[in-house]
Amino acid sequence: MVLEAVPQPTTQSNATNGKIINDFAFMVATKNGSGSQTSNNVLVKSLFNMGIPVNGKNLFPSNIKGLPTWYTIRVSKDGYTGRRSTTEIAVTYNQDTAAEDIANLPAGGVCIIPADWKWGHSREDIVWYEVPMKQIMKEANVGSDFAKRVENMTYVGVVAQMFNIPLDEIWKALLENFKGKEKPAKLNFDVVKLSYEYAKENFAKQDPYWFEYDNQTTGKILITGNEAGALGSIFGGVNVVAWYPITPSTSLVDSVLDYQYLRKDPETGKMTLVVVQAEDELAAIGMLVGAGFSGARAMTATSGPGISLMAEFSGLAYYAEIPCVIWDITRMGPSTGLPTRTSQGDLLFTHVLGHGDTRQLCLLPATPEEAFEFGWRSFDIADKAQMPIFILSDLDLGMNNWMSEPFTYPDEPIQRGKVLDAEQLEGFIKEHGKWGRYMDVDGDGITYRTLPGTDHPMAAYFARGTGHNELAAYSERTDDWVNNMNRLRKKYQTVREMLPKPISDIDPVKKVGILSFGTNDPAIEEARDLLEKQGIATNYMRVRALPLAKEVTEFINTHERIYIPENNFDGQLYQIICLDHPQDLTHLKSLPLGDGLPMTAQWLFNKIMAVEK
Amino acid sequence: MGKGKVNSLGLSREEYKGRPSTLCPGCGHDSISNQIISTTFDMGIEQHKILKMSGIGCSSKTPAYFLGRSHGFNALHGRMPSVATGALMGNPAMRCVAVSGDGDTGSIGMGQFKHAIRRNIPFVYIIENNGVYGLTKGQFSATSEEGQELKYYGRNDLPAIDLALEAIIAGATFVARSFSGDSKQVQSLLQAAMRHQGISVIDIISPCVTFNNEPQSHKSYDYGKEHQISLHEIQVVAPYFVDGKEEITVESDAYEQGETINVDMHDGTIIRLKKLDRDHDPRSRIQAINVLEQSLREQLFITGLIYYEEPRPTLAQLEDVYEGPLGTLPESRVRPSAQALADVMAKFK
Repeated sequence: MVLEAVPQPTTQSNATNGKIINDFAFMVATKNGSGSQTSNNVLVKSLFNMGIPVNGKNLFPSNIKGLPTWYTIRVSKDGYTGRRSTTEIAVTYNQDTAAEDIANLPAGGVCIIPADWKWGHSREDIVWYEVPMKQIMKEANVGSDFAKRVENMTYVGVVAQMFNIPLDEIWKALLENFKGKEKPAKLNFDVVKLSYEYAKENFAKQDPYWFEYDNQTTGKILITGNEAGALGSIFGGVNVVAWYPITPSTSLVDSVLDYQYLRKDPETGKMTLVVVQAEDELAAIGMLVGAGFSGARAMTATSGPGISLMAEFSGLAYYAEIPCVIWDITRMGPSTGLPTRTSQGDLLFTHVLGHGDTRQLCLLPATPEEAFEFGWRSFDIADKAQMPIFILSDLDLGMNNWMSEPFTYPDEPIQRGKVLDAEQLEGFIKEHGKWGRYMDVDGDGITYRTLPGTDHPMAAYFARGTGHNELAAYSERTDDWVNNMNRLRKKYQTVREMLPKPISDIDPVKKVGILSFGTNDPAIEEARDLLEKQGIATNYMRVRALPLAKEVTEFINTHERIYIPENNFDGQLYQIICLDHPQDLTHLKSLPLGDGLPMTAQWLFNKIMAVEK
Repeated sequence: MGKGKVNSLGLSREEYKGRPSTLCPGCGHDSISNQIISTTFDMGIEQHKILKMSGIGCSSKTPAYFLGRSHGFNALHGRMPSVATGALMGNPAMRCVAVSGDGDTGSIGMGQFKHAIRRNIPFVYIIENNGVYGLTKGQFSATSEEGQELKYYGRNDLPAIDLALEAIIAGATFVARSFSGDSKQVQSLLQAAMRHQGISVIDIISPCVTFNNEPQSHKSYDYGKEHQISLHEIQVVAPYFVDGKEEITVESDAYEQGETINVDMHDGTIIRLKKLDRDHDPRSRIQAINVLEQSLREQLFITGLIYYEEPRPTLAQLEDVYEGPLGTLPESRVRPSAQALADVMAKFK
């Protein structure tokens, strides 16, 4: 692949009688917009249906049509789903990148290439399967309207034949892909069959790679993080989604629209969820703040450039104490950056988003299950905290298909926090003599709010981003300002305990720790196994929220060395830990990546080995 | 309004007030706040059903000074329309009175202003237009007239933006202009606007007594008093409402035939316009644009109901949103069942 010039050794050889079964990766290079998405999805779904642990990652350009795109599919009988930097098999269907794609294959690799190019065997140490695409398409006799869209099915047929995917599985996956419509499925399948037969008759199997049925995906689902987040929001009772389209977050809101039908009010038949496409991200989050103020659950999905625009309203929501949920499907910045590459580079900015002394809540999902859970739970936390809350997913989780357990139905009822209706307000006033929007009667920093529409003469207040006293009246008094800021800090400490705890694998005997977050998880788990084989035993903590849980402090205090791998350029989680811990932290080793691609186990293994060996 | 008089809800006018104003004594904005208080009192409006919204600036402070029993939100500079949009989507049963200024609407908030209009968010959008930035001590705004001179900033060589014209072009269905010194007209327009079921934009010239009240300024009291040309005399006749007590017949005719235009509103109210020296029918979009164009060219200060049409559906209606507070619906109505989740999961297997 063009982006990775140096081939790395594969992690393992799993030869059985010379066969390598369910433990390799292949890459499909095509041109963007050529319809290869269907072909690749069908391959991934077929393998998934065969029970083989599989992961597909799309590496695509910021372009509608014509630029190169690569899709990598990794199968792993050991269940590893992290990205691999090299693949044993390359489907080179893009002439512009074929030279480099072929050069990047390891010795013994396989190249599947259109025979029509008369490419020749530019390497002698790899296996060539040359597909007469034009001839097959001619035979398939697909109308010229469809020919371009289905010619990528030729590699599906060859892959199926050469590496052993039964045609039944391809047919099933095609039907699923076309939502049960036989006509388009058959159009594609005809091309697959012809290629399959051609390969059977003309290619001798010269490579060791085989797919075989397994049972490791039984009961599992294959889903993107953006779909998971959308479903989580819907089951979390979101009422208002306001958004402005931006890669790679768009499919999250598209999924909300797909499942909006679930939110027809059973009593009136009216919608309890509305989606508004705003004029920009400023307006999108403005609508969230208005909706949150009115008591509704409001959500947006955006990415870095949108987060920049949302800074102003995020500060207002923090200070006026308005709940709302903001998904950041992070892409590579600074600036417009790499719109179609993954990143964890918004962590620090989002955590302090807004001018003045602002501290925002962040949730850090690593899997579709967590994207679903945080999707609904974030509303409960935001309502209880009366704060905006940011969910930092990324392009890798958001847009790629991940294997997952089916999602668990919310295990807690909807919690709306301290909201007083007219009767409760009356009770509050009886007990405390008066009600003020920012009176901290419980001592936890979280105050009681009323909603517009509450029929009580004392219910109203004027929300504002200007300095205010506990009655929400404008105030420039120093003591009012300081008291309010102190209360906000107290609230922040209260809310810290409401956030998802880190996931840990700790054995007190081990003295080396890995501390990270989000989608680095598969690479870290695999790297830990590789390290273990070299005699380096590691503990692992994956933080799932900011502010950091208290457990993080214990983790850093009980290890001799801690590696903090993360997918940004500056080591932002490392920096946040340093901010939170004013002590000697020389035993922390920041391992920032930030090259736009999902982390690989090999990279992390090499980084840690460089110190530990 | 005599002291002690109560409205249909048994409330006094006093109970429609807010906190004391902190604006400069004599500010046109305070006069507009007073007309909001009088209008809502007269109409017997339940304050808890009203949302007050504003952006940032002198004008945007004023919601604190009226309707003390209504929830309000003093939002960000130029961003009030999005907050109002969200609040009204979250609870489409609320009515909303929003106050903005010429800087808030005509400069930093022009985009949100026009998009709120385009979506037809049903609220009364009052622009308290003084042609100057008061809180930052007297810079020109986008509505300052060309050629105007200010103490520190010299001469304004840029053309003024006409916010009523912008509103019509964006698709507003109720557009009016008035003068804060004309309390009767402001009240009539507010009454009509409160009954309108789409967005109503009222651009009210409201002199800044501190930074923009020189007699030659087109947004001064003296200029306004001398140059204001009302298009009509306005009477708002509501079918089922006189102090909330008895029904009146809208057909009763105060004016002679041919002298009046009856504009029928969606809720059965009639806005009765008595023609003055101009022949303007606010139901014609092209006429409305012409009147504004002419007033711009001839430097006339024309006030009244400039444009009206039957409201388009609001955004909440288009989206078929539940017409009450979404945030207080019970869980059974906003969280799909476990079976619904299982059905969705099956699609991904």
